Amino acid sequence: MTPSIPQSRFVTLAYTGYVIAFFVFLALPLVVVAVFAFNDSQFPSLPWEGFTWNWFFGTERPMIGVFHERPILRAIGTSTFVAVFVSILAVGVGLSNAFLFNRYRFPGQGILYIFMLFPLVIPGIVLGISILVFSSRVANGLWDVAEWDVEALRPGLLLVILGQFSFIATISTLVIAARLQKFDRSLEEAAMNLGASRITAVRTITLPYLAPALIGATVVAFLMSFENFNTTLMLVGSDAPLTIAMFDRLKEGSTPLLNAVSLLLMLGSSCLALVMIAFQRRG
Amino acid sequence: MRAEAKLGLILLLTPLLLWLSLLILIPHVDMFLVSLRERVGVNEYRISLANYLTFINEPLYLRTFVRTAVMSTIATIITLLIAFPVSYYIAKIARGRVQSALFLLCLVPFWVSELVRTFGWMILLRETGLISNLLQYTGLADGPVEMLYNDAAIMVGLVYTSMLFMVVPLVTTLESLPDEVVEAGYDLGGSWFSILREIIIPHAAPGIVSGSIVVFMLSLGNYLTPTMLGGKDSLWFTELIYSQFIVRFNWELGAAFGFLLLGLSSAIVWGMLKLTGQTLEKTMG
Amino acid sequence: MTPDLECLNLTKGFGDMLAVDDVSFAVPRGSFFSILGPSGCGKTTIMRMIAGFLEPTSGDIHIRGRSVLNTPPNKRPVNMVFQHLALFPMMNVAENIGYGLRRAGMAKPEIASKVDQALDRIGLPGIGPRKVSELSGGQKQRVAIARCMVLEPDVLLLDEPLGALDLKLRERMKVELKALQAAFDTTFVYITHDQSEALVMSDRIAVMNEGRFEQVGTGQDLYYRPETAFVAGFVGDSNRWSGRIERVSGDEMEMRTDSGMLMRGATHDRPLAVGQRADIFVRPEAIRIARSDDDLAHFDNRITGRVESLLFNGAASRILVQDASGSGEIEVNLPQSGEFAGLDRGSEVRIGWSGAQGNCFAAGKA
Repeated sequence: MTPSIPQSRFVTLAYTGYVIAFFVFLALPLVVVAVFAFNDSQFPSLPWEGFTWNWFFGTERPMIGVFHERPILRAIGTSTFVAVFVSILAVGVGLSNAFLFNRYRFPGQGILYIFMLFPLVIPGIVLGISILVFSSRVANGLWDVAEWDVEALRPGLLLVILGQFSFIATISTLVIAARLQKFDRSLEEAAMNLGASRITAVRTITLPYLAPALIGATVVAFLMSFENFNTTLMLVGSDAPLTIAMFDRLKEGSTPLLNAVSLLLMLGSSCLALVMIAFQRRG
Repeated sequence: MRAEAKLGLILLLTPLLLWLSLLILIPHVDMFLVSLRERVGVNEYRISLANYLTFINEPLYLRTFVRTAVMSTIATIITLLIAFPVSYYIAKIARGRVQSALFLLCLVPFWVSELVRTFGWMILLRETGLISNLLQYTGLADGPVEMLYNDAAIMVGLVYTSMLFMVVPLVTTLESLPDEVVEAGYDLGGSWFSILREIIIPHAAPGIVSGSIVVFMLSLGNYLTPTMLGGKDSLWFTELIYSQFIVRFNWELGAAFGFLLLGLSSAIVWGMLKLTGQTLEKTMG
Repeated sequence: MTPDLECLNLTKGFGDMLAVDDVSFAVPRGSFFSILGPSGCGKTTIMRMIAGFLEPTSGDIHIRGRSVLNTPPNKRPVNMVFQHLALFPMMNVAENIGYGLRRAGMAKPEIASKVDQALDRIGLPGIGPRKVSELSGGQKQRVAIARCMVLEPDVLLLDEPLGALDLKLRERMKVELKALQAAFDTTFVYITHDQSEALVMSDRIAVMNEGRFEQVGTGQDLYYRPETAFVAGFVGDSNRWSGRIERVSGDEMEMRTDSGMLMRGATHDRPLAVGQRADIFVRPEAIRIARSDDDLAHFDNRITGRVESLLFNGAASRILVQDASGSGEIEVNLPQSGEFAGLDRGSEVRIGWSGAQGNCFAAGKA
C-alpha cells in the first residue's frame, strides 16, 4: 500500500482511524498528568474541584507549590548537576571514540566496537549494581590496606554520574560517529592543501561540521541523564536526583504537586528537544 | 608522521579503554565473582555455587524469573503489532509536513521521564481514576473499577514505555523501502497481503529485530512500571535484585540475580540476532 | 487491428495545474513508442496513469480496445520497468522473475521452467540463484525486463530505465533494448528525456511539453521536419535567431534578425505573415564552411566571421563562429574531410547555408 495504489474508502478510513487512536493512546497519560496539575484538590483525580495555580506558586500548607517546595527544588538542582557532568563526559568521550573508529585502523578494532555497544544491551539496573559492587569492593580494599576511607566510592553523586555515563557514552558515540561517517574527508585535505595543519583542519572544518551532532548528543545525554531511573536507583546516596525524589513521594501517595513537577519537566524537555531540532535543521 | 599517528591513536584509545574496562568489564567480572561467594562467617567467604542453588531451589525466585521473561516477550510482541501499522503509515503513507509532524509526535512522550508516564497511567487506571469514572458515567460499570495493580496494567505500561524504541527503527527501515518496489510488486499482480509478506516485512526485518531487542531489554530491566502499576503478587525480577541489595543487604545473592538477568537478556539478544542473521553492529550501530 | 494501447483525451490535474492536458494517442501492436520531453513535462504522469498508479481527471485508457480505468494496477495487462528498476532486494534473481507468476498461482515446476526460459531469452542463463546486488547495471536492466515479460503483458512500460547507467553502458543498452523488444514482439512504451535514446530505439516518438504532445512521428520526422519551435529546439542541436519577418512568398521567407542581419528561411507551410516576430532554427550540420565567397555562391545565407573556438569532439567536432556584425556565436559542424583541420582560433571564415534549411516558426510559443 502506498498512496498511489488505489484502496477502498473503508480500508483508508479504518487505517486513518487506527493511527489517530494510536496518537490518542500516546498523548492520554501526558495530557492527564498536565491537566491535574491545575486541580484545586489534594488528589490528582476526579472530581474536578476547580482551577488553581497553587500547585506551582502556593506558599501555605497543604498546598505548597513547586517553586516553594525546597526538597523538590534541591532535587532538580541535583539532577541538573549530574546531567551537566554526564553530558560533558559523554560527549567528550563520544567525540574521541568517533574519531578513533572513523580515522584509525588497529588490531582488535572490530571487537572493541562490538564491546562498546554492550552497554546498550545490559539492563540499567545490572549496570548499576555492578558498579556499586565494584566501587564498594575497591573502597573496602583501600580501607583494609591503608585505613583510607574514600567517601566518593560509596553510593552518591560520583557513582550516579559514572553509572549514567557508562551507557550514555555509547549513545553519544553513535550519534557523533554517524555524522562523522558522512563527512567528506577531502574537505580536510583541501584545508591542508590550503595551508592548515592537521589539527587546524580538524578544528576549523571537521568540528564545525560535527556541531549539529555534538549539540544533539549533548541534549540527548542531558535528557537521558535527567530522566534516568534504573541505574541511578542503585547508586544513589543521600542527595536524591529528581526522578528518585519523585519516586519516593509517589510511593507515599500522590498530590497534584507531582503533576506540577511533571508538567515543568515536560515543558523543559520539550524546549530542549526543540533547540536540538532547530540546530539539526540548520546542519 | 608515523609517530604522530601513533600518539593520536593512543590519546583516543585511552578514554575508550578506561571507560570500557573500569565501568563495564571489570565491574561485571567483579559482580560475577561476588555472585560465586558464599558467606560462612563474619568477613569469611568461600567460592561456591550456593547463590545460584538458592535461586533454583526457591520457587518464588525461579517463578519470578520465568514470569519476567514471558511477560517481556509478550510485551515485545504487542508493541511490535501496535507499532508496525503506525510506522508504516508514517514512513510510506504520510507525506511532507504531516510525516515529520507525526514522527515528532511519536518522540514527544519519550522526552518525558518514565516516571511521569507511569504516573499518568496511574491517574488513568486507578479506582478513582479517569477510566473508572468514565465507565461509571456511561453506565458500563456500577461502581468504581480498579484497573491498577495487575498484570494487564503492567503490560499497558511496558508497551507504552517501549513504543518509541519500536517505532523509530521501523520507520527508518520502512522509509528506505522505495515506493517503486511496492508498486512493482503490485504491478506484477501482488495483493496487499502478499506484498506485506514477501516484500515489506523482509525489508523491515532489520528494524523489527533491533526494535524488538531494545523493547525486550527495556521490559526485562524495567523496575518502575512493575513496581508502580503491578500488584502485590505481580513481582518483577528487578524488584528481587533491588530488595536483595538495598533491603536485605545480601549482595552475593543480588549479584547472582543480576548476573542471571544479564545472562537471560544476552541470550535472547544473541538468539534473535542469530535467528535472523543480523549482527549487533548493524542493528545497534 | 485494434491498437495495443490507446489514450483518449487523457487529462490529469493536480490542484489547478494541468500535468497532462488532453492527450490522445494510439500505439499499434508490437511497436516501440517513446514519449520524449524535459523533466516535469507530464510524461511520468501519463505512464503512471497507464500503469494504474494515478487516476486520470478525465479521458480514457484502452488496452487492446477495452477500457482499463476500473482495473486496479495488479490486474492490468500492462507491466512496468521502474526508473530505478525496483528489483526486490530481498529475493534472488529467479524469485524476482517468478514473482508475478507466483501471484498468478502458477505451479512451481512451471514457474521454474518459465524463469529459465526468460533467463535464456535475456542472455543470462544460470544466474537465477544470484542475489540482485551481485548483478551489474546492465544485467539488472535485463532482469527487470524479464520479470515483466514472463507475464506476457500486452504493453510494457519503461520509465527512463537507462538513466542510472553510465554512458558506455547506456549506448549498448539502447541497442539491446531494441533487440529485446523485437525478440519479445511486445508493445513497448518508453519515456525519456534523452533524445538519443528515443531516436535510436523508437518506431514512433511523441515529443511532450507542458502537458501536451507537440508532435508525434518517426525520428526522421522530428529531426528533419519539426512542426513546432519547441521540437526544433529540443530535438537535435540548432542555431537560433529571433527577429521580424520582412517578406513571405510561398515557402520562402526573409527575416530581419534583432542584430540587423537579413536571413532567408522556409515556412514549410506554416501560416506566417510579414511583420510577425519569428524564430529561425538552423542545424550546425546544415552550414558549410568555405575559404572564399565563391564556394558559397549557391547559398542564399552567407556570413563572414572569425573562429571563436574549436570544439574538437571526434566525428562531431564543431567550431563556434563569431559573425562580423556581432550577432552572436554560430555553431558549425567541421567537415570530416580534414579540409579545415588547420583552422585556428581567430581565423577568418565564410559560412553559408541554404534558406530551405532555415526552419522558421512564429515566435512566442517556445
